[in-house]
Amino acid sequence: MAEITKILTEHTDKPGIETYKVYRENGGYNAVEKALKEMTSEAIVEEVKKSGMRGRGGAGFPMGMKWSFLAKPEGVPRYLVCNADESEPGTFKDHYLMKTIPHLLIEGMIVSSFALGANKGFIYVRGELMYVIKILEQAIEEAKEAGFLGKNILGTGFDLELIVQPGGGAYICGEETALLESLEGKRGNPRNKPPFPAVKGLYQCPTVVNNVESIANTPWIVLNGGDKYASIGIGRSTGTKLISASGHINKPGVYEVPLGISVREFMESDEYCGGVRHGHQLKALVAGGSSVPILPAELVYTTAEGNERLMTYESLADGGFVSGTMLGSGGFIVMDETTCIVRNTWNFARFYAHESCGQCSPCREGTGWMTKVLERIENGKGSMSDIDLLVDVAKKIEGNTICPLGDAAAWPVASAIRHFRDEFEWHITHPLEATRPGAIYMGEPVLA
Amino acid sequence: MTEIEEKVVLSPERLVKVQEIIKRYPEGQQKSALLPILHLVQEQFGWISAPAMDMVAELLDLQPVEVYEVTTFYTMFHLEPVGKHVIEYCRTGPCCNMGAEGVYEHLKSKLGIKEKETTSDGVFTLKEVECLAACGWGPCFQIREKFYLHLSNDKVDEIIDELRK
Repeated sequence: MAEITKILTEHTDKPGIETYKVYRENGGYNAVEKALKEMTSEAIVEEVKKSGMRGRGGAGFPMGMKWSFLAKPEGVPRYLVCNADESEPGTFKDHYLMKTIPHLLIEGMIVSSFALGANKGFIYVRGELMYVIKILEQAIEEAKEAGFLGKNILGTGFDLELIVQPGGGAYICGEETALLESLEGKRGNPRNKPPFPAVKGLYQCPTVVNNVESIANTPWIVLNGGDKYASIGIGRSTGTKLISASGHINKPGVYEVPLGISVREFMESDEYCGGVRHGHQLKALVAGGSSVPILPAELVYTTAEGNERLMTYESLADGGFVSGTMLGSGGFIVMDETTCIVRNTWNFARFYAHESCGQCSPCREGTGWMTKVLERIENGKGSMSDIDLLVDVAKKIEGNTICPLGDAAAWPVASAIRHFRDEFEWHITHPLEATRPGAIYMGEPVLA
Repeated sequence: MTEIEEKVVLSPERLVKVQEIIKRYPEGQQKSALLPILHLVQEQFGWISAPAMDMVAELLDLQPVEVYEVTTFYTMFHLEPVGKHVIEYCRTGPCCNMGAEGVYEHLKSKLGIKEKETTSDGVFTLKEVECLAACGWGPCFQIREKFYLHLSNDKVDEIIDELRK
């Protein structure tokens, strides 16, 4: 294991790191100087490719490869759009990063825009984070005053303007084409693909959409090289990952982990989660945000084949959907024995029903049906046939929609039934106990 | 439509801001300014009425329906009058794991209202929202730009009493 463990959070504890002055004193904007004065845009793309970094928004697509798809027709502007719409339940890392060290994202936007040949960049932030938008706008003003933004940056002839755009409260706008629609002032309905944004994106121009954390990694890659980044981690899971840890643990919060540490270490070490809250036992884990399959306790620390489960894309996915899950956006939601899986599943299903844009029938109708059936089971009014009905509806949503929201809605339901079918059955056979207040509750306050 | 609703005019400072926002986008793409401007409208009036939408359409040279279809899509926009403080309470799973359901019951009884209702003194409106990206700091709610984190029954009492003053 390489010694480097902190790329994004090395300086986050320093007082005043949100200001240009302190950020600069800690080596901030050195990557801009190096990139613009000593490197070509092609060389930066090459380093990002070598880093093997995979998109940190959830899908895990290699960032360098995504960049290399960008079409570059003559005379047509290209855009870099930062996806800061972070809305996946369980995920709050981008929120943390932007409010704590805003200049890291601005610096990443500058080197990434230079690499892509974009002279205008957008940071699309979910509207609820208006205070973060103001922090970012302040950081942009400071960077502009220091000569790192605007016309002819550092005398290199490179121009860049950054715009922070608010959303309006819609999970779907985290899907990149819905985000672009929203940025154009429309409803956030995902687009059919192809064409992909790399060819026809914002205003029908070639566009790259990258997550906050992905972009925030680029200054370090520029300064230290892609190979060094790739030396952290295991196999195709390179670098570090921000994990948003919540639920029944002793220390909820955002942690940067070198990919490849074990799930047990992340859960139990005092450096990270500090263990399942005192006096309780692990029941289940949602490892990568609400949309990924839930894992029962026995599959959290070891795979079905008995291998140690690691914090990597591959290890978490080991076993496929039968006994594995996904790293996703890194939303690590821990549930102890007080958690009602049926109630949690109903809650997540309601979320997806609420957030479905309504374009595709399987998702628009299916998410509503699943929510109603789950609500009736949770309220002691379900029947045994409801369980298979849920499985059937989930199956018919999955893969049959324009965007991945349909899959995201189907997976938590299908996996909860796969691993906790007895709990669904219990709710149906014990309607009175299931609804008795306090009999099964979603958990007592952790921090009260 | 009442007479009061028809007099929808943005404040001079906000009108300046509107022009600044429009200029950020490429020529002919002023529609991109729609969401930021709707936030400004809501900031001034607390909610977005139909005449306010028409005013925005005029500012951006859009058809009114282009504004209506957007305001009805995004859940942050209040399309009915609201109280002075809109409490937007996170109801999603991770917050519930942190005890959000119990605190929510307490909040409702403290205010004496249900979801989507406004207190009789017009001070508070209660709205349930989905995940606010603050899961590790939950339970949480938001009032305008401010996040209230690590909520407990006692903390809710303090916040409400303070805002009532």
